[in-house]
Amino acid sequence: MFQYEFMVNAFEAAGIVAVVSGLVGFFLVMRGQTFAGHALSHIGFAGATGAGLIGLAPLWGLVGFTLAAGIAMGVLSERISNRDVAIGVVLALALGFGLLFLHYYTSFATQATALLFGNVLAVDQPTIVTLAALGAVTLIALGAIMRPLIFASLQPELAEAKGVPLRFISTAFLAIVALAVSACAQIVGVLLVFTLMVGPPAAAQRLTSGLWSGLALAAFLALAEAWLGITTAFHTDWPVSFCIALLSGVVYFACLAVPATRAPSGAR
Amino acid sequence: MKAVELGHATLEIGGRSVLSDVSFAIEAGEFIGVLGPNGAGKTTLMRAILGLLSPRAGTLRVFGRAPLRGDPAIGYLPQVRTVLPDLRVRGLDFIGSSLHGEGWGLPSLSASDRHMIEDTLESVGARDLARRPLSDMSGGERQRLLLAQALLGSLKLLLLDEPLISLDQRHQEVVIDVVRKACRERKITVLFSAHELNQLLGTLDRVLYLGNGKAALGTVDEVVTAPVLSQLYGTEINVLRADGHIFVMSRGHDVEHADHLHDHNGHHHHH
Repeated sequence: MFQYEFMVNAFEAAGIVAVVSGLVGFFLVMRGQTFAGHALSHIGFAGATGAGLIGLAPLWGLVGFTLAAGIAMGVLSERISNRDVAIGVVLALALGFGLLFLHYYTSFATQATALLFGNVLAVDQPTIVTLAALGAVTLIALGAIMRPLIFASLQPELAEAKGVPLRFISTAFLAIVALAVSACAQIVGVLLVFTLMVGPPAAAQRLTSGLWSGLALAAFLALAEAWLGITTAFHTDWPVSFCIALLSGVVYFACLAVPATRAPSGAR
Repeated sequence: MKAVELGHATLEIGGRSVLSDVSFAIEAGEFIGVLGPNGAGKTTLMRAILGLLSPRAGTLRVFGRAPLRGDPAIGYLPQVRTVLPDLRVRGLDFIGSSLHGEGWGLPSLSASDRHMIEDTLESVGARDLARRPLSDMSGGERQRLLLAQALLGSLKLLLLDEPLISLDQRHQEVVIDVVRKACRERKITVLFSAHELNQLLGTLDRVLYLGNGKAALGTVDEVVTAPVLSQLYGTEINVLRADGHIFVMSRGHDVEHADHLHDHNGHHHHH
């Protein structure tokens, strides 16, 4: 299947995005902010369709809107980002605006499905370069704040006392999530970013309790699910995003069934 | 050298005055039991000492200086402990996250950090917690993990906010014992807040009672008396002593015990 250029492109793009999604998603799951990540992707939909309306590339509308929304959520942190209701209202509003923008820019409608459910088989070389750059920025930023991010996620009260700027960390992290969501939406669409950002990290956290092993496993699972999903789609003619979503779900529920690893008593 | 010194200090949260015009001084190396009804300002006082909140009026000095946020010489066990459900992080990584957790970049744990954490866990009788994920630990085990974490490093001051909550009697004794040793052997000043005075009677040097916006610091005999406590609780208090125990009673009820049950209903506590 690698004789087709679009398959090579799809593997490259999905590979980049899967690793970034798995690593960023690990912290999203650790912080219990998966719903906020979901909302960011919906806001990105409005951004992408809005960008189409004014003649910009959808990706930049996606990046711009999710980044602005991520930073806004972080700044309003206590009031918004951990409140399911507020997030739910905002994401419904964002989808509504997305629909409005589509309504006024009808020739864009064909791309709507691609935005919502992804179209990795249509990724071209320039997009891969953009995704690689986006991914690199995301991972460098994540690496820069990883130490205080973990401390602030696990023990916010103590982290605050030790001088960690909680609000800055939470804002920076949501901005990082926004970038990862934008990249992820290119592959599986805004509605299915959970398949790569939440499924693999959640499964990884079921399987291991170490930090580095968890991160590595999250990235590996995301990569494996993305590539295996594309391969399955190639051979079955099912939509790629469905195959990835299916694998993500199957792996997660299989990991739920695995009994939690418990150190034998007396062992050290 | 005074470890903590308040001079006519007023502490407020959200415009509400919690302690007003309070003055006292804690000597370096003292073990202070911090008591008082809920909302009396035990947590607020600790947050002020940590530099998270400035006095509205008056002065607060910690080892002769204004409180410094993030002071590495202060160990802290917060009362509100956010423990995310279903978090499968090992005890070692959990404590490790707090070590140099205020720096930037990728987290790292050197071999000596690892040994230090394991030794400290051993001292609270919880060495096996290093390898167990947080989600598998009982409330008491998490509590001991947090205590071990608070004891790490070269400390001058240790702030423990209700460290006995959700521990059974045996582990409460372990905690008090470990903290007493740290206080005596490492010459650490300890502020230990609790609901129950009796468990700390054999250990504390002096008691700091907070209530009604006021504070009283002194020996148990000086502070735990009907006139002083009646003023702090704002109601008539009787103090009964029996069999080496002290009971603080209001209209026939044991106020400490009542507080206790009200605050953490469902948990069983021993005397």
